[in-house]
Amino acid sequence: MRSTIPRGPRMTLAPGKKKEKLDRLAELSAVRDDEQGVSLWREAMRRLRRNPSAIVGAAILVIFVLVAVVGPFLVPFDPVDQSGIREGVIKPGSIPGSSAEHWLGYDHQGRDEFSRLIVGARQTLIVGIVSTLIGLTIGVTIGGIAGAAAGLGGRWGRLIDSVLMRIVDMLLSLPSLLLAVSVAALLGPSLTTVMIAVGVVSVPIFARLLRGSMIAQANRDYVLAASSLGVRKSRIAISHIVPNSLAPVIVQATLTLATAIIEVAALSFLGLGNPDSTQPEWGLMLADAQVYLDVRPGLAIYPALGIIITALGFTLLGEAMREALDPKLRR
Amino acid sequence: MRAARPKAAIAVIAVAALAVAGCAESDRDNEGSGQSTKDTLVFGTAGDPKVLDPSLASDGESLRVARQIFETLVRPEEGGTKVTPGLAESWTPDATGTVWTFKLRSGVKFHDGTDFNAEAVCVNFNRWYNATGLMQSADVTAYWQDVMGGFAKNENPDLPASLFKSCTVKDATTVDLAFTAVSSKVPAALMLPSFSIHSPKALQEFDASNVSGTADDIKYPSYALEHPTGTGPFKFKSWNVADKTLTIERNDAYWGDKAKLKTLVFRTISDENARKQALRSGDIQGYDLVGPADVEPLKGEGFNVLTRPAFNILYLAINQKGNPKLADVKVRQAIAYALNRQALVDSKLPPGAEVAQEFMPSTVEGWNDQVTKYDYNLEKAKQLLAEAGASNLTLRFHYPTEVTRPYMPNPKDIYELLSADLKAAGITVQGIPLKWTPDYLNATTSGNKHDLHLLGWTGDYGDGYNFIGTFFSRPKDEWGFNNKALFDKFAQADSTADATARYALYKELNADIMNLLPGVPISHSPPALVLGKDVTGVKASPLTDERYATAEFKS
Amino acid sequence: MFRFIVRRLLQLIPTLFGLSILLFIWLHRLPGGPETALLGERGTPESRAAIRESLGLNESVLIQYGRFVKRLVQLDLGTSISTKRSVTTEFLQRFPGTVELTITAMVIAIGVGIPLGYLAARRRGSFLDQFSVGGSLLGTCIPIFFLAYVLKAIFAENLGWFPTIGRQDASIEATHITNFFVLDGILTREWDAAADAIWHLVLPGVALASIPLAIIVRITRASVLEVLGEDFVRTAEAKGLTERTIRRRHVLRNAMLPVATSIGLLTGLLLSGAVLTETVFAFSGIGAFIKDAISNLDYPVLMGFIMIIAVVFALVNLLVDVSYSLIDPRVRVR
Repeated sequence: MRSTIPRGPRMTLAPGKKKEKLDRLAELSAVRDDEQGVSLWREAMRRLRRNPSAIVGAAILVIFVLVAVVGPFLVPFDPVDQSGIREGVIKPGSIPGSSAEHWLGYDHQGRDEFSRLIVGARQTLIVGIVSTLIGLTIGVTIGGIAGAAAGLGGRWGRLIDSVLMRIVDMLLSLPSLLLAVSVAALLGPSLTTVMIAVGVVSVPIFARLLRGSMIAQANRDYVLAASSLGVRKSRIAISHIVPNSLAPVIVQATLTLATAIIEVAALSFLGLGNPDSTQPEWGLMLADAQVYLDVRPGLAIYPALGIIITALGFTLLGEAMREALDPKLRR
Repeated sequence: MRAARPKAAIAVIAVAALAVAGCAESDRDNEGSGQSTKDTLVFGTAGDPKVLDPSLASDGESLRVARQIFETLVRPEEGGTKVTPGLAESWTPDATGTVWTFKLRSGVKFHDGTDFNAEAVCVNFNRWYNATGLMQSADVTAYWQDVMGGFAKNENPDLPASLFKSCTVKDATTVDLAFTAVSSKVPAALMLPSFSIHSPKALQEFDASNVSGTADDIKYPSYALEHPTGTGPFKFKSWNVADKTLTIERNDAYWGDKAKLKTLVFRTISDENARKQALRSGDIQGYDLVGPADVEPLKGEGFNVLTRPAFNILYLAINQKGNPKLADVKVRQAIAYALNRQALVDSKLPPGAEVAQEFMPSTVEGWNDQVTKYDYNLEKAKQLLAEAGASNLTLRFHYPTEVTRPYMPNPKDIYELLSADLKAAGITVQGIPLKWTPDYLNATTSGNKHDLHLLGWTGDYGDGYNFIGTFFSRPKDEWGFNNKALFDKFAQADSTADATARYALYKELNADIMNLLPGVPISHSPPALVLGKDVTGVKASPLTDERYATAEFKS
Repeated sequence: MFRFIVRRLLQLIPTLFGLSILLFIWLHRLPGGPETALLGERGTPESRAAIRESLGLNESVLIQYGRFVKRLVQLDLGTSISTKRSVTTEFLQRFPGTVELTITAMVIAIGVGIPLGYLAARRRGSFLDQFSVGGSLLGTCIPIFFLAYVLKAIFAENLGWFPTIGRQDASIEATHITNFFVLDGILTREWDAAADAIWHLVLPGVALASIPLAIIVRITRASVLEVLGEDFVRTAEAKGLTERTIRRRHVLRNAMLPVATSIGLLTGLLLSGAVLTETVFAFSGIGAFIKDAISNLDYPVLMGFIMIIAVVFALVNLLVDVSYSLIDPRVRVR
């Protein structure tokens, strides 16, 4: 796609005209402030506070993070201890359910389900965050370079942009799950595999996002002004454009976290995840529980509910943030 | 754009379609969706058959189908492993014990109308013996090579000489099979479906031995994929590979009791849960390898759960060439004492499973009740480890994923139990999961980069050598030891013609093995199959040799 | 326009090439393992080595890739390790099932999603609106395979309203011509076969439709809201046009655009979801076969199917882009 950035006349500073130029610059800056009014962030926070779904989403998130961070220290039982087997209460056709001691009963290997659920929250959170970070870091880097190159780099810039976007297109040529499956099938079943596979899937999203954002920013007046003032292109990119492009990235990261958790569960279901149960993780617990759906459906329902509620929380918050940060939306 | 109209149209069509489906549904059947008519049985299998000529097959699904269409000279008794008459009525060895005379049944015809006779038997044996080219490949004729070793002209110099020598027609119903040595395999191994007798006319007409193609693309002849022709109570009808259904129908010209069913359909449903749900909803009327957790619930719902007598063994293999400490018998004994096998059997295996005290099931001749036992004793395990100077051992523990075996219904669960036991004894376990296909067997039975792993075996026929001989009669990378005295005793047992003497040797071998402890036998597990509430007449076979000719629907 | 299409198609080639290299290197690990699939426990290290040799798996990766590319150019995607038939045959026999399933899911998603989204926007703030928005958010958060299991357990197992597995009842001896079972039933006038095939499509279709439905509801609602706020709608109302006319002529037409453009995204979701849904329902389409190929690491099938899906996906996206520019003359295709 050819860049459609208009190229106006380059303003050079003649000594006599400097004052007028600076005045003009001040005018432009003032206009910019007016356009945005109060800082974007403060405006967004105000809107968020009033939005009920944002509050619900944030609440879910806070609870989830608290459980994930603090929970493992407070669990009643060791999530790996197969006490049920030793006590002889686990039979092929019967797994004891809720009791006074074991609030959610045992799992199929005689371990305390409640403890595993709590500890699983931490693992699930880590997996979600790491995979999103992988996608974000790689995607933002690619997109940032491509966007900066396209916006500021002239002919060579557009070439770099083209090549980078071609690579991103390769990732987009497959539906997300199949891409994750290809990566995961290569690397063998382990936790890192899953995180990388799910991370790779979100790379194009972040790349496209940041690139688009950068290009749009590069068209803004203040960039034009700064570059005509002689500020180096790279400095413009790093100090000005990137911070202004961050908002949509954060929103997308929140939404991606939600889908990351679900895709991890899907990969475990397909047998590509980490099969090691000594590190409980909701996706794995859900996959393991499929065989026991008749005997103890709870073993599948609890982690599924955990995944659904957490994903919902992130989605609610992300959507609310997107609405809050979108200046176009008129209420 | 008339947006609303297309939508209305879609809605109308959808409703109409559902209405039609509803009506058609109730027209067809009164008993819910997908019920079969009462002379068709749909059986759910876990995988697709590979090929319909049992001479070329080694997987359970192909053999299950073959067992209904074909017959062998001798067959196991229904529900057991004893050798009983099949297409042969009697058989006697000569004085040397290497030539067996078989008296064949008369009046038997193949599905294409030709006669079964001594000549047909020799055509079949010679076909296998004289195999050439790709048909000599180990993945094509696995069982022939397992039993007989080699061929008339071995193209691969590593193949041993053939145990089979020649086939001689004495008269229409008498045939002599000559072998190069006395072996425990004759005549027991002849009950294997790989030794089914095919119609010589069909073999010729459909070019049955033309296993062709290139190295990475084996092409089976049309005989093996479309025209299997035997003498059995069912004959082949059709095979829809994409839809995973294979249909066979009653052979009305069968020499014995005709099949009660008219049609038998094998349908592949690889997900275990899906099989169970299909059974419950009536889409299928039976399936194999019922999960241990499902045996009691299905029985409670009124389904016929048939438990096969356990004819298998699950063991924990120990590689003495892996971690050097494993070469010390005290360490192996410690491992045995550390495992709470009874708890495993009680919690993970179907009802009827039992702890194994040696490497063959108790129903096989040669089983020895006096072997050294290693009952669960954690303290003793720790003590032995300390004595051997191995209190801080770290061992690799391989286990398979994506598989269910009759002796090992849930490998991951079993691994977790055993590794927890080992951890309690102070051994650090490094779990290594590998997919059954392609990696697990390679990693655990070749090379020496493994310490502990789970594996097992289902018996092929009713002779103990098929168990302990397969494991320990020669040096193997799986176990990593070389004990000449033991191997010699095995060779002696194999060549002992007298059954009683042979069984006595098996007993000695079992005692020796449990002292040497190359691994820890864990359990014998009775795999179960389930049939619909109104299906009767099928007897569970320890060799997975169920005959559906006697199956019928009884309301 | 024509140049645009050609250019896009040409862009496809390097993408596929790159994909094939990556897939090949990724999925092809040495030593391979088809020999294990064949022999199981009966194999000995010697016999397995012999098979490996005969299947050519000991040669270098480069040689194997060379052979792969040569075959690819001849449109030969190789042979499946588990079924021994050509990958192309397997694909051709199974894709009709997936097509029927995705069409069913699309019909459900569009047929329910657009009206629901429209109504939700029209009655902004009502219970229906909140229910739709909430439901659509929830819909994207439920793992498809879990939903499929729940649907199966409730409607097929417990209530018995629908069959649990497969595309068709095995005891109906239906004739198959095209392998599109519904179409076949109609063509051969075996109405019960066609109806049975439709019945088997309902539950998997609903499960698969869940996420696209959620997305369509949201998109429709958002774009209807936007359109409703536009001046021309107020003008139309002022003119006295009935709600139905407004809806027909203006609102929906404009609101459909975002849905049309997201067909590409939705197709991707449907293909992804098909793998999970078909596995749970033992529905013999390409999704279930991909799951099998994952379990057995059947490399030729994985590589072949994924490449074909990439091509199909690209074509769908191309179609969407082209038709979008046809629908909306403001968009200039570059």
